Amino acid sequence: MRKTTLALAAVAALGAAPLAAQTIAIEGGTVHTMTGAPIEGGTVLIRDGRIAAVGRNIAVPAGARRIDARGRIVTPGLFDSGTNIGLRELDAVVETNDYRIGTEEEDLVAAAFNVTDGLNPNSMVIPITRTAGITTALSRPQGGLIAGQGVVIDLLGGDVEAMLVRNPVAMYGNLGESARSATRGARGTTTLRLREVLNDARAYARNRAAFERGETREYAVSRSDLEALQPVLAGRLPLVLEAHRASDIETALRLAREFDLKLVIYGGTEAWMVADDLVRARVPVIVKVLNNLPNTFETLGATYENAARLRRAGVQVAITTGETFKSFTLRQEAGNAVAYGLPHDEALRAITLVPAQIWGLDGDYGSLAPGKVANVVVWGGDPLELLTSVEHVFIRGREVPLENRETQLRDRYLRLDDTGRGYVRGTR
Amino acid sequence: MKRVLSALLLAAMAAGCAQAGRGPAASPSQRPTTLPGAVALADPFPSTYRSFPSRPTLIRGGTVMTAAGQVIPNGQVLMVDGRIAAVGASVNAPADAVVIDATGKYVTPGIIDTHSHLGAYPAPGVQAHEDGNESTDPVTAEVWVEHSVWPQDPGFTRALEGGITTLQVLPGSANLFGGRSVTLRNVPARTVQAMKFPGAPYGLKMACGENPKRVYGTRNRAPSTRMGNVAGYRTAWINAQEYRQKLEDWERGGRTGTPPKRDLELETLAGVLRGEILVHNHCYRADEMAQMIDIAREFGYRIRSFHHGVEAYKVRDLLARDSISGSLWADWWGFKMEALDFTKANIALVHSAGARAIVHSDDPIGIQRLNQEAAKALLAGREAGLQISEDEALRWITANAAWALGIHDRVGTLEPGKIADVVVWSANPFSVYARVDRVFIDGALIYDRSNPALQPRTDFEVGILPRGATQ
Repeated sequence: MRKTTLALAAVAALGAAPLAAQTIAIEGGTVHTMTGAPIEGGTVLIRDGRIAAVGRNIAVPAGARRIDARGRIVTPGLFDSGTNIGLRELDAVVETNDYRIGTEEEDLVAAAFNVTDGLNPNSMVIPITRTAGITTALSRPQGGLIAGQGVVIDLLGGDVEAMLVRNPVAMYGNLGESARSATRGARGTTTLRLREVLNDARAYARNRAAFERGETREYAVSRSDLEALQPVLAGRLPLVLEAHRASDIETALRLAREFDLKLVIYGGTEAWMVADDLVRARVPVIVKVLNNLPNTFETLGATYENAARLRRAGVQVAITTGETFKSFTLRQEAGNAVAYGLPHDEALRAITLVPAQIWGLDGDYGSLAPGKVANVVVWGGDPLELLTSVEHVFIRGREVPLENRETQLRDRYLRLDDTGRGYVRGTR
Repeated sequence: MKRVLSALLLAAMAAGCAQAGRGPAASPSQRPTTLPGAVALADPFPSTYRSFPSRPTLIRGGTVMTAAGQVIPNGQVLMVDGRIAAVGASVNAPADAVVIDATGKYVTPGIIDTHSHLGAYPAPGVQAHEDGNESTDPVTAEVWVEHSVWPQDPGFTRALEGGITTLQVLPGSANLFGGRSVTLRNVPARTVQAMKFPGAPYGLKMACGENPKRVYGTRNRAPSTRMGNVAGYRTAWINAQEYRQKLEDWERGGRTGTPPKRDLELETLAGVLRGEILVHNHCYRADEMAQMIDIAREFGYRIRSFHHGVEAYKVRDLLARDSISGSLWADWWGFKMEALDFTKANIALVHSAGARAIVHSDDPIGIQRLNQEAAKALLAGREAGLQISEDEALRWITANAAWALGIHDRVGTLEPGKIADVVVWSANPFSVYARVDRVFIDGALIYDRSNPALQPRTDFEVGILPRGATQ
């Protein structure tokens, strides 16, 4: 058997980044490890890009850089699971957009479309986002019936391979109104088409040799798409379906049962209405919290309590902004989930550990424990509060400057002095 | 007499300003008077807003944030007959006053949004509901957005749960002149007239930059460039000047003879030139704002507020010099070229230059948490090294917004004589965890988080939303 794309991609670029062999001790803060009770006056020791130790009474090696975090909060870097970071510089400047192929009107099955080659590690969005304590993001394709393959990246910049954490991390698709234009019609048309594609992918896998000889029937989509769907059919690559109406989520659960898929629901506006079924099927949901308007007839059940209700029922819930340019509002999303009933520690996990678990990355990401990738943030106070400053951000053990295009423009214009303006670089 | 008058004088507006701080908030008995055909009614769609019934109410024990320079721990606010009667550490309340214990809570003025499309782009956002842009001609000063506003937009009730008591609904930004805005009280109502803020001046929506030139340029008609935009504004203002001249000649001539033929577009534009209608100008880029200021000077009108103004910080001195407010976002950017040069410190920098900074929403979700948006802008200001108090930041969503809408004599602060629009918050409103517990409009309890009977729902929500979907 040939190697699948997943197998190839599973050789993720973890640890491929050139790391300064630096030892850093973040001392005295309240450490939210995400796997246990917060540690007061704890130390997080970072060495060579990984966390070496976490706890009280950690011996700090001589020569380590010491950061005084007394009175501060220390958490893992935040993880936003619904962005197009690196794939989009300005929305309406279409030539900077690399997160979708084709147009909305096309009957699009783009399973073979992987966003990686479109990633721009020098995107201005990367520093703008990480300055807010987001260290890791899922960059996803969008549009059509099957949108393609997303990746998880650390917001390092530099080069694409160094940033990649998992490629691909999931296949993306749509149900309901978002798939309507792609399949030109009724919900039944969407699922008819989806089943046809999945069945063809199965048939193709059984008849590869015959296919190469031109001896199979015609398949609904291209060879590269059929190939790309193999890890999905094998249950190795999650299929993320954006679905909002309760009945569409039930449809997704049915499809997952039929084809034995590893399903993740994205959006899930009415997921709280089918929470028990999601629990039974062990299907996680990625929600945007700030979503309480009946903006469409498939989101009539929109409520700010979605995340809290899903958690209460036992569903695994990650919180996303669903934004690219404003992924920096992730903590505001989580904070509002708390305002609407989600316990604070759960809200923090929903933007750190839970996404890492959903994407199968929790061995390296999402918590503060020895051996984990050292994505760490030091906050001036409660990370979810809007008046709390980010004080330090570490990605793979390296501190990134809290500077970006937005702060540089600010500094360039702190004084309105026309004669010197054009020469102010705006760096602090 | 004053309410009948000339082709466009908005007497109701002038009268409203004159009686600011006193008397009943509405004159629902007013009805349009029949006039000779060619002359415009001053107020053809008069407000029928009536304040809800209220009782004298004392809110005590909470931290009172007045947005007028005072923060009073354990303060008291007394509301009588729809007005703020007293604010202080301790006030004399009538014996029959309803007492609300706000211990541990925060009390602010009602929140005001200068930029909403609620009702005109309501939820659900289906094609049949797209009533915010008359994008069939770049100059549509003749349209009034109130004729698009659907009072059953569930966005209104959600905004109320975010403490919004007054909002300006604007037409969209497809056109150079998008039409008249309307300022609304955020109360449940069957008609838009019953929401109209009595006596509030009208606004005129104008738009710079990418939107008009894209909408019309892609149809191969003017404007297709920024210079085409400017030619469009100036041509319209020249027509308006001529129209205004004809009207005023007729008025000076004792209103005898045939009045100038009515023209809805020019009535609105001439209303701006006469200072009766406030200009709300969608404009992102600093250089374009400077040009719009010059155009205003050329034709003798004032710009009341630049909206969006992602680059307002670059020309904050010009805004301060000409008393132009900035209705801005805390952190929106990236959706188009002219929204590139953002800084999160925009609002704080504009504020610190002495111009009136305002946090606006332009969004049915954002309008529900202008307090949080203000908090983010406050943090950005502090991180830029600017000293800004919470009371000042509160003005960004209350007093300054009221000024932009020309209703600052009546709402926007907790001061005696002001209309009693008051919000009680569960925590400091700059906290992400703060929820709105109670909203008073004209002294009447309109929303109470602990009382399902005081949680208004629109017709749209009846029998269509799943049970439990109303948070």
